[in-house]
Amino acid sequence: MLAVNFLLLAAVLFCIGVFGVIARRNAVLVLMSIELILAAVNLNFVAFAMMNDNIDGQVFALFVIAIAAAEVGVGLAMVLMIYRNRKSIALDGLSEMKG
Amino acid sequence: MLAVEDTHAALELSSGWFLENAWLIALIPAIGFALIIGFGKKMPMKGSEVGLASMAASLVIATGAGIQWMQRTDSASHGDAEAIGGAFSGVRGALSASESGQVEPYIEPVVTQWVWWQNSGLEFGLGSHIDGLSVLLLCLVAFISLLVQVFSLDYVRGDRRYTHFFAALTLFSSGMLVMVMSSNMVQLILGWEIMGLCSFMLIGHWWEDAYNSHSALKAFFTVRVGDVGLLVGTAILFFGANDFAVANLDSNGFDIRAIQAWALSGEGSSWTLIMASSALFIAAIGKSGQFPLHTWLPDAMAGPTPVSSLLHSSTMVVAGVFLVARIYPVFWEGFNIANGGVSFIAVIGGITIVVAALLAFVQDDIKKVLAYSTVSQLGYMMLGLGTGAWLPAVFHVFTHAFFKCCLFLAAGSISHSGSHHSFDMKKDMGGLRKFMPVTFGAWCVSTLALTGVIPFAGFWSKDEIIDNVGANGYTFLFWVGLVGAALTAMYMTRATYLTFFGEPRGAAAGIHHDDAGHDEYATEFREVVISSTDLVAALPKSLSAAANVPGDDIEHDAEGDPAHGGHHADEHDDHGPHESGKLILFPIVILAFLALTSGFVNPTPLAGDALGANLGEGVELLKKYVEPRYEPVAIGEAAGHAGESIQLLELAPLSAAEAGADGKDAYATGCGRSTPEPGTVCFFPKVKHAVPELSKILLSLGVVALGYAAAIGFCMAFYKNKNPRLVGLTERSRIARGGYLFLKNKYYLDVLYQNVFVYFVSRPLAKATYWVNQNVIDGVVNGVGTSGKKAGNWVYNNIDQKIVDGAVNASGTVASETGHGLQPVQSGKVNQYGALLFGAATVGAIVLVILNVS
Amino acid sequence: METLTDNNWLLTVGAFLPLVGALVMMFWPKDDESGVKTIGIATAGATLLVGIYTLIKFDYGQSEKLQFAVDAEWIEVIRSGYTIGLDGISLPLYFLSMCVTFLVMIYTWDNMPDAGNPKAFYILMLVLQTGMAGTFIAQDLILFFVFFEVVLLPMYFMIGVWGGEQRQYASLKFFLYTMFGSAFMLVAFLALFFQTGAESFGFATLIDLGASIDRDVQVWIFAGMFLGFAVKVPMFPFHTWLPDAHTQAPTQGSVILAAILLKLGTYGFVRIAIPMLPEGAKAWAPAIGILAVIGIIYGSLGCLAQTDMKRLIAFSSVAHMGFVMLGISTLTTFGINAALFGMVAHGLITGMLFFVAGSVKHRFHTLEIRRLGGLLIQMPKMGWILGFASMASLGLPGLAGFWGEFPAILSAYNPNFGLSEPLFRTLMVIAAIGTVLAAAYLLWLYQRTAFGVPSDEFKGHSTAEIDAGHGADDHGQAMAHSLSSAANADADTHEHEEIKDVQLTEWIAWTPFLVAIVVFGVYPQLMFKVMDPAVQAMVETLGKSLG
Repeated sequence: MLAVNFLLLAAVLFCIGVFGVIARRNAVLVLMSIELILAAVNLNFVAFAMMNDNIDGQVFALFVIAIAAAEVGVGLAMVLMIYRNRKSIALDGLSEMKG
Repeated sequence: MLAVEDTHAALELSSGWFLENAWLIALIPAIGFALIIGFGKKMPMKGSEVGLASMAASLVIATGAGIQWMQRTDSASHGDAEAIGGAFSGVRGALSASESGQVEPYIEPVVTQWVWWQNSGLEFGLGSHIDGLSVLLLCLVAFISLLVQVFSLDYVRGDRRYTHFFAALTLFSSGMLVMVMSSNMVQLILGWEIMGLCSFMLIGHWWEDAYNSHSALKAFFTVRVGDVGLLVGTAILFFGANDFAVANLDSNGFDIRAIQAWALSGEGSSWTLIMASSALFIAAIGKSGQFPLHTWLPDAMAGPTPVSSLLHSSTMVVAGVFLVARIYPVFWEGFNIANGGVSFIAVIGGITIVVAALLAFVQDDIKKVLAYSTVSQLGYMMLGLGTGAWLPAVFHVFTHAFFKCCLFLAAGSISHSGSHHSFDMKKDMGGLRKFMPVTFGAWCVSTLALTGVIPFAGFWSKDEIIDNVGANGYTFLFWVGLVGAALTAMYMTRATYLTFFGEPRGAAAGIHHDDAGHDEYATEFREVVISSTDLVAALPKSLSAAANVPGDDIEHDAEGDPAHGGHHADEHDDHGPHESGKLILFPIVILAFLALTSGFVNPTPLAGDALGANLGEGVELLKKYVEPRYEPVAIGEAAGHAGESIQLLELAPLSAAEAGADGKDAYATGCGRSTPEPGTVCFFPKVKHAVPELSKILLSLGVVALGYAAAIGFCMAFYKNKNPRLVGLTERSRIARGGYLFLKNKYYLDVLYQNVFVYFVSRPLAKATYWVNQNVIDGVVNGVGTSGKKAGNWVYNNIDQKIVDGAVNASGTVASETGHGLQPVQSGKVNQYGALLFGAATVGAIVLVILNVS
Repeated sequence: METLTDNNWLLTVGAFLPLVGALVMMFWPKDDESGVKTIGIATAGATLLVGIYTLIKFDYGQSEKLQFAVDAEWIEVIRSGYTIGLDGISLPLYFLSMCVTFLVMIYTWDNMPDAGNPKAFYILMLVLQTGMAGTFIAQDLILFFVFFEVVLLPMYFMIGVWGGEQRQYASLKFFLYTMFGSAFMLVAFLALFFQTGAESFGFATLIDLGASIDRDVQVWIFAGMFLGFAVKVPMFPFHTWLPDAHTQAPTQGSVILAAILLKLGTYGFVRIAIPMLPEGAKAWAPAIGILAVIGIIYGSLGCLAQTDMKRLIAFSSVAHMGFVMLGISTLTTFGINAALFGMVAHGLITGMLFFVAGSVKHRFHTLEIRRLGGLLIQMPKMGWILGFASMASLGLPGLAGFWGEFPAILSAYNPNFGLSEPLFRTLMVIAAIGTVLAAAYLLWLYQRTAFGVPSDEFKGHSTAEIDAGHGADDHGQAMAHSLSSAANADADTHEHEEIKDVQLTEWIAWTPFLVAIVVFGVYPQLMFKVMDPAVQAMVETLGKSLG
């Protein structure tokens, strides 16, 4: 089954992404990991769209790409600002959200 | 400058530039006022020149108007002569025979007016209404005002508000002139109130002193009480006369002529007329100082002397008399004067004569003696008007103006130069005849005129009033008039004696007040006036303020007249009495001359005969030119246009029948005695004229002589010889003391007004009202607000907080505790959050899988 | 009703120009105070110019017709239109509102209330101006109501922010009280609309249809409107917000309140309540007359009990508006004309009195009558102006106040449409007695504040009194001595600023008031000519339904 291959690839990508998000301390790398997760999601969308003969999934994938772009833009900007202020982009130090 | 002589003298009444532009007489002083206020201080004479010039201009125009009015009247008579010959071509007057057999058509007044305001589609005018009465008073007012201003030049020189003084004086005259020439009631009110304002300004001229400002307040306020009557009366007249006026005369219910015509037309109900005339007479009582509203006049003496003299001679107080004389038909019908009804006016007049004359006996202030004298003389005028003696009353206005003005100015001259600014006859005068011969002479002439000694002016007018009162059937009032004449002679003798005879006292003796004495006097004076006369009683706050005014600040004011310039210090180096300067004496002498001669304007022929001068017919100028003729006028013609002389139509000679009838029947018909024929209107009632009798003249002269004799005797005994039986009588005799105190306190009227009425209104009533306002009405409002707030609080505390919020709080508590439990999770580390997120997602996925599988 | 639609942009511009100015001002920096003030004054001035142009373009021959009329769609859903127009009844008030705002702004240039922040103050005044002008031109009930309420808010803030010590209480009372009345008024408007079954809220429609409503219903609807308008006038016994609001309001607020805001109520009676509900008006007229006369006497007595100058003037408004309402209650052309004249006259005169009170407060920091005194010595010109305004206020002929008072009293002698003559004649006499009381409290006030000598507290702080003291007469010198010695003695202890006479901005702001009082007093035809035809037409319409 072709679809299963796609889904497996997506699962692998997702896991790598999750690992990156959880394990890395570098903010840029975290962002990149999130991109991986999104890529996995997109892959799933397209795969299922093909499987179900439905175009909705492809449309959603396009949306996600667009939003991901925006998200990276905003994210990088924030990182840049954080770097300027703290001379570091290590996520450990950013504990202002602590409840 | 002379008249634009009417070329059709034979055809219609002549008019002229002065008659048609008479409105300038009032306008010029009004502009003068504005100029003085605006630029007076920068002028070389500080504005007084504008005042003088405007009064002089007014006088010139007024005189011109007077001359032209006489020509107009004459033109009617001449016209008649031709008209009789040439059938209907002459003056279309109602040809009838008067008592003397002359033909006397009604002379239309010259009315010039512009639209002043409109309401309900009716247009109301402002302008001039010139007839004999107004022309007489215009000349009089302008003349007296001019002389008073000349007098003031010297008298108030150096005063700190010199410019304002002249401004107010000029506006004052302007107000009177506006009123005198008014063509309608609203304009009359305008002039009336302007005078009220100016009297306020002038009486309170030295307002630093509380007494003066209280007097000013009192004057304005008392007159204002009377003005209620004016407003109400005008309203009644307007709605009464309006329909008639619109239908017949093409005018409106404010128009003087319309009111006159309506009152005599028999259209108005007697109730309406009685109400209107009563209301209007209340206004006259207030303005003309009649009993019981006379109490403001003596206090008005707080103003500078020129003001007193102007106010008491030709303006202000005469306004009330003028009002009655102007719309006489209303009173004539309302009080049924035609049939000898005992009118409100006559009774009040009679009471005033005696009441005021008695008060004059206990005054020590020379100006107050004169003030009460004025009140008393105004009583005569009212008495005359109230009993149908219209012309004598107007005549008395005329003569009284001269001699009363002269007396006041003489009093001013005395205080200016003789008594060091004091007006107290007992303390600071006496023996002044040696020092001030001219003033003394003028004073004597005027006194003789005032007391009605033949041939001085007052005799002709006052005697005519008394005579006519008797002839019209008011016997009791006739005797009241005679008693008043005797009283006048007595109090004036007292005043004259105290001022000019005997030993000089106080300032007159050259004893200048040292400060201690002065203070004592000032304080005493102030206490007297404050406790009894002014509004302080009603306004206790002001009382304490007044009592705390430092004595040396106001002592001069308290004396009554601080009108002394910077020059006074030099002039009074010797502190002795002396004659006044020329500017002061000039008006006094002129007025004294007129006090002697002005009576000959309208002398009783018989009295003239008795005097040895055969005056004959036609000497009664006022009767000829001032008294309006009583002939009916056709309606269509009467509704003429403003500014045009109105032509008279040939009418059936309504009163022709009387011609041959004897005395009494001659008055049975005619305007005001029977309703006019349809299609005609009347403007003036047919008043009776007493036939002079020698016996009555001798009687009145005898009474006056008796008064003089008694008074001179008393003065010699009491003041000169200090007769022990008289001196101290008021201490020994209860009755005498009671009477003295009763008079000294002015019949307790002031006490009644101020301690009862004014006090009640301004203190308990006002306070109570305000209390009600704050506690009841506002209390309700606040109560609503407060109870709303309370209800809100209750709802908030019980329902909101306990039940609704209880639930909310409970959930809040749970949430907060849960939060505490979860706090450690919130590390702030993104990675950890991510781990948790995915962990949770994983768990969720597993749960889903298990669920799906099972 | 016939309307003239030439130049119909004029009214809209006149009404909304101030809002534009306010908008511009919002973007102006707050710190630039003189800039802000200039914009405000320029806007008000431009509005006034529009007003003057309106005066010129107004067709005085047809003042009974609505002119510059616009009838556009506005809120179609509730059938309310943007219907505006101006006739002889509203023209004087419309123009007055523009003048007063302009002059008050000029006055504010130098006399900003203590709380500062001219930007907000000027914006509020401009918004107020829109509300006032709008109320006078509105020819649609909903539009009228909106403008009527727009006025409230700026005034609330003016009193609440720039007011005296008890400003919170006063402003809240003012706001709530008026809102309370407005609520009833709105209900009445709606009831009228539904009862007539009209197609729109336009005045003309409702006047045509209103008369057909059942008499009893009319009486109830009128009661609602009565509450709304009577609170605004204010009539006894709904007046208690007024003294508080006036006393606490800043001078500018008092002036606008007295000059224009009170007139919204009386204008409402003349424009809306009476023409639309003839039977209701007739039924209510005696009550209005009685309350008006009670107000006259009551207000006067209230004045006599006052110790504060400004509060006294505030109470006098109750009395004066009583005359206005008496005129209206007669339902005669005569009376309504008098009432309209009285509104303008009262606006000018009482506005002037409040100006003077404000300036006195500014200089002496008190308005307590017993502490004042000798104003004529310390500030001769101010004293004269106070005297002049007092005289005008007590109805002296030749000044504007007379023409509102006298015809109103007169008209009560002969009420229209079979109203009880004995009742109204009694009212006339009582109202006439009210003029005596007016003289009493005003002269009393004047005597105690202007006459006499200054109290020790304020002696020697004025330039004028020293000048006067140098006069040639010995009396003056004596006074100068006493005053200068007092001044020396006081110099150490007191640190009052110098008391100055009338200042330039005050002259600029006041002169038009003073001139107008004289001009309308001397030649009242100026205004009567404009109003009379309009009022006649109105009463004529009234007569058609009342017979």
